[in-house]
Amino acid sequence: MKNIVSLRYIWFLISLLIIVPGAIYFAMYGLRTGIDFAGGALWDLHFTTKQTNELDTERIRAIFAQNGFEGAQVQVSVVKIDGKEIASAVVRTIELSATKPEQQQRDVLAALTKEYGEVQRESLQSVGPTVSAEATRSAAIAVLGACFAILIYLTVAFRKAPNPFRYGVCAVFAMLHDVLLVLGMAAILGHFIGLEVDAYFLTALLTIISFSVHDTIVVFDRIRENLIHRRSGEIFDDIVNHSIVQTLPRSINTQLTSIFTLTALLLFGGVTIRNLVLILLIGLISGTYSSIFNAAQLLVVWEHREWRNWFRRGSAAEA
Amino acid sequence: MRNREIVPFLFIMVITALCGWIAFAPDNTWLGRDVSVRLGLDLQGGTQVLMKADGVVDKDIMTTAATVIEKRVNGLGVSESIVQLSGKDRIIVELPGVRDPEQAIETLRGTGRLEFIDTKGKFLNEGTVVRTTGNPEPKVPQTDPAKPVDPANPQPTISPEVYQSITDGRDLDTRQVSLRLSNDKISAKPAVSFAFTGQSASDLATFTAANIQKPMCIVLDNVIVSCPVVQSALIGGSGEITTNARADAEKILNQLKYGSLPITLNIESSRTVSATLGANSVQASIIAGMVGLIIVALFMIIYYRLPGLLATVALIIYTIIIYAVHKLIPITLTLSGIAGFILSIGLAVDANVLIFARLKEELRNKRSLLRAVDAGFDEAWPAIRDSSASTLITSAILFVFGNSFGVSLIKGFALTLALGILLSLFTAVVVTRTFLRLIVRNGAFQSLWLYEISNDPDLQEQSAV
Repeated sequence: MKNIVSLRYIWFLISLLIIVPGAIYFAMYGLRTGIDFAGGALWDLHFTTKQTNELDTERIRAIFAQNGFEGAQVQVSVVKIDGKEIASAVVRTIELSATKPEQQQRDVLAALTKEYGEVQRESLQSVGPTVSAEATRSAAIAVLGACFAILIYLTVAFRKAPNPFRYGVCAVFAMLHDVLLVLGMAAILGHFIGLEVDAYFLTALLTIISFSVHDTIVVFDRIRENLIHRRSGEIFDDIVNHSIVQTLPRSINTQLTSIFTLTALLLFGGVTIRNLVLILLIGLISGTYSSIFNAAQLLVVWEHREWRNWFRRGSAAEA
Repeated sequence: MRNREIVPFLFIMVITALCGWIAFAPDNTWLGRDVSVRLGLDLQGGTQVLMKADGVVDKDIMTTAATVIEKRVNGLGVSESIVQLSGKDRIIVELPGVRDPEQAIETLRGTGRLEFIDTKGKFLNEGTVVRTTGNPEPKVPQTDPAKPVDPANPQPTISPEVYQSITDGRDLDTRQVSLRLSNDKISAKPAVSFAFTGQSASDLATFTAANIQKPMCIVLDNVIVSCPVVQSALIGGSGEITTNARADAEKILNQLKYGSLPITLNIESSRTVSATLGANSVQASIIAGMVGLIIVALFMIIYYRLPGLLATVALIIYTIIIYAVHKLIPITLTLSGIAGFILSIGLAVDANVLIFARLKEELRNKRSLLRAVDAGFDEAWPAIRDSSASTLITSAILFVFGNSFGVSLIKGFALTLALGILLSLFTAVVVTRTFLRLIVRNGAFQSLWLYEISNDPDLQEQSAV
């Protein structure tokens, strides 16, 4: 507990152990993109007079195909509304036609009603190819723009500390840690539970970025303050360590309150934003970890220019 | 000296009372203003479409098209609807709470070009798509909604024949378009009456005079509406379209009344949410918000004791203010907005956590309560300022990015988050500080236990550093 800084390579190793498997999944399977970024349509249908086991995925696929939606992906499940169990199907198809989408919807619903009785369309989203391409481009610009804006802001905010640019770079590194970790987890979750990367995911990612920087700033602010009141003979490592120990209760408490509110959202907040909350939970924990165990540690690595020792003989941890 | 607390305290009380008044205004009216909560499409159900003009168009035509659509939307009677130009060739339409989204969108999109055609004595079936001299290449084969389409042949084939248009849609007198509901039970078919002016009116009179007892077809947007037999010459260019259902009549009325659309609009993206799904989301979010608030409040009180209690009061004030602001401006409340609000609770608390951690340190350094409170706030401020600024930067980027249609839901999130940061700065810093300053002067609240100092296991460790 006392000397967090001296164990810095262990903290880096822990980060790598979590990020690398995610990166492998990411490389192997990529992300499962939702219709916001890939285009297509998502139908959420409720069959009010049927049980889930009466719904036939293949039959629903065929009905969609007859109405111009080849290759539909059908997922049948049960949803609970006011204590009543309702059979539901989520169907992902190509996007609706640009010229006569209204008629397409009527045709599909009429054909389904004929087969299964009353069908309610809970939600239907359709995203055309130009819109999804624009969304993807905007997403990339947003993430890069956020990184850049924060780098500039931190350099300005820490201008009184020695080497202000380092704070910005280290905060951005910690932030990239969180982005990589979340993307890797999204790839893993996409593979195993079918988590889709959509506009909600992007919202979560950008929130994680801002909260990660938020946490890093609190630690850096302490370092900045302790550097100003530096006692003679006090080495940089100790100042960083001291600052981390001082801010630790705050980091844990803030993390706890976020976990409380997010868990409440996860348990009671409805299905629509469940993935958003799940990603936020992962990202916020990663954000707190990276601000304490990566961002601040990187400052120390930079102070000693330790990368000069990394490729020499002998283990880096002893450097 | 006492003024230093009394003035901010009164200010806080006035603001809170005012916001409480707005938040819980009877009948949702406040000083004659409607302050009911605006729910987004995802919470109250409805539909949102992004329409793109077919082909190259200029800005004037788009503005005209948007105006026509806006009038038609108003004609639909949907409240809080939005019609908005986006970029140079797109229009966004939002219809919250609309009952039949397909019908509504069809009404808005229909070009609304009314023609009479000379079929050379032939009857044509309703719903047949025809080529006319007015528009020989129909791009939107709109089928009659009243007639189910044959699943074996969903796309009606258009015969190559081009029919002579007798009238020009531009000569339609939109002021004379009206709904006619017959009281006659037998022929109780709803109808829309109309009148042409100028050249079209005289052409129509000439044609009908020469073709008595022969069919003449009425065409709307290249689709046959009906083919009545001419009984007598239509002098004055007026006539009527009979329909099978009132909804159809209303759709035609809406399209004719507000003028025809100068362009064809294709649907690029759309989002439709049912009212029940929306209502379930509202309920779920309220429960989640309440549970989150209660857990955070309990945690703050148990861990930070008296300051935690004050922070909880500040948090309640924060909730009242942010709710009132949403109602007053008004800001449309969406599901992602609620998620943003619940996250902002965490941020509001974080500012207090930072301050209290500093307060504790100052108290350990044997400062007096009052000076420790001031020092705690002053020293925590740079961290609060910088972290709030960085979150504001990200929410600004999210907001700008949210203008892209496909991801417009994150706009609400960004707005609520940014608003939450600014308001929580006020409640976490000004409100908590004023309360603490008032309370530490009171003799009853001097025990350091209240400030979580005695029996603190960290104490020894901290002083050793």
